[in-house]
Amino acid sequence: MNASLEVIDGGLGNTLQDRGRHGYRHLGVATSGFLDPQFAACANALAGNPDDAAAIEIRGIGPTLKAIGGPLRIALCGEIEAQLLRHGGSRQTLAPWHSATLAAGDIVKCGAVGAGTAYLAVSGGFTPTPQLGSRSTYQRANIGGIAGRPLAAGDSLPCTRLAAHEYREFRNDPWRHADGPVHVIAGPQADHFAYDALQRFAAAVYTVSRDSDRMGMRLAGPVLQHRSPAHADIVSDAVTPGCIQVPGNGLPIILLADCQTVGGYPKIATVIGADLGRLAQCRPGDELRFASVDLATAGALRRAEEDRLARWRQGIGSYLPAGYLDETALYQSNLISGAVRAEPPIRD
Amino acid sequence: MSNCHSAPAPRLLALGDSAWTLEFGEAIDPVLNGRVMALAALVDDERRRSPALAGITDLVPTFRSLTVHYDARDADPAALGDALLQLAGSAGASVASGRLWRLPACFDAAFAPDLPVLCERHRTTPAAVIETLCQTEFRVYMIGFMPGFPYMGGLPPSLHTPRLATPRTAVPARSLAVAGEMCAVYPWTSPGGWNLVGRTPIDLFDPAAEPPALLAAGDRVRWFTVDRDIYEKTDAELRRGHLSRTAFLLGETA
Repeated sequence: MNASLEVIDGGLGNTLQDRGRHGYRHLGVATSGFLDPQFAACANALAGNPDDAAAIEIRGIGPTLKAIGGPLRIALCGEIEAQLLRHGGSRQTLAPWHSATLAAGDIVKCGAVGAGTAYLAVSGGFTPTPQLGSRSTYQRANIGGIAGRPLAAGDSLPCTRLAAHEYREFRNDPWRHADGPVHVIAGPQADHFAYDALQRFAAAVYTVSRDSDRMGMRLAGPVLQHRSPAHADIVSDAVTPGCIQVPGNGLPIILLADCQTVGGYPKIATVIGADLGRLAQCRPGDELRFASVDLATAGALRRAEEDRLARWRQGIGSYLPAGYLDETALYQSNLISGAVRAEPPIRD
Repeated sequence: MSNCHSAPAPRLLALGDSAWTLEFGEAIDPVLNGRVMALAALVDDERRRSPALAGITDLVPTFRSLTVHYDARDADPAALGDALLQLAGSAGASVASGRLWRLPACFDAAFAPDLPVLCERHRTTPAAVIETLCQTEFRVYMIGFMPGFPYMGGLPPSLHTPRLATPRTAVPARSLAVAGEMCAVYPWTSPGGWNLVGRTPIDLFDPAAEPPALLAAGDRVRWFTVDRDIYEKTDAELRRGHLSRTAFLLGETA
């Protein structure tokens, strides 16, 4: 039941990701993986997949893809929409937080991401051969994804076709990340900072700068002073996504999925796992505040987020899109009874 | 392999809600690193048996600490932290040394752009620097910065050299480099500020190999000098698959 999506235009900086590469950090291999696991889980759920199936992460201009074989269901999540150019000549718009079914020859042309990070998932997930236990693209070492690099014209993205063409599509309300302060666990080098700096970090508003990629995000705001100039460096120890490193200039850098495995700057605090996805949706100029929690609270926040995601999945509704269906055939095949939630069809 | 009751217990530091760092000290020191490696070996051995160690995904030894990454969905962080501290109490201070490698290095001028400045700084000659490098047994303290990048300690004080004031934007792959009291090899072409003194034909990281990284924390490395001709031939043999990188392994442990 193999099919594929052929890349007609790679767009800009689009990579395959999954939940990341674990068990290789002692060899210096970053985990990589989804910057926003919640958005990715939503896209995967709409495409009928488990949370961690490999999907395309879109951070700039989205790709243009052509279905080779079909039918395939795709789903889009984030601030993005796509044009569907049907093999038969018709055109539709695929709105985010919706699925669409592609027949062989159909083309999906993704637009640019308005802000943050978007995902395109496909039924069954993208299935290139995993490298070191993951399909996540890690560009620095050319590992994973397709040849360890962003999508490029001519790439073939293997996936699995649906057993039969389904007429229903799926949709849900956009996922709302928590607002309020970003939760952090203090340290591990909070003791490298002056008392003032710790107070300031807890109270200040930081602004997301333009200087941000899959490795990290630089913040602008009040300078965090180390206890002494010597405390601005440490003998390198391990880091992880979420670590807030503060180099000598006193301005924090939050490490993200592609960060190194070790680093030589003191870490004032570390963002908890449940709040990492929020960071992927920040745009330059967005303001962030930080609130310190203990491990028990971090655990409770993680479980609350998992419950919220489970409720979101339950809220997925199916509907019958207008425009390319024979309604009589549809009623005869009694597919409408399969609808989870009765909603009017979206406009093409 | 004796218990070292006089050594202070490591500090248990939360690295967010998915990792614990057990910090043995703050310096680059073979004794500290020995304790790190001993605990890493013990945790790796126990993780298959002990339910308290469930959920561990990565064990990352560094110069002075062991970081234990876990999946918060499968682990009880507090119980895991307690279990790690307890293991640290019985881990001892040293493990058998890691593997011993004898690796070729070519010090051809084209591969060693920083050797003249290094010689000037230390008032010595290229031949003397090369001799010192080849007589030193380096210890891999940790792998990091990029996949397979070995931080190797043991550089004699006579060759300690600061990083370049202006890092290069592209250091050629497999460059042998020194900085501070360390020696390293860049696995890929990448930006870097270390002083380039030679090149090895051996790949430090190959995703298709098992394990992908040539070197591991705890390994020991001795360099031997090869001329440009032998370098090119070795390089070609390795790339054709006629020569295995394990051919340069002298011993498993010592």
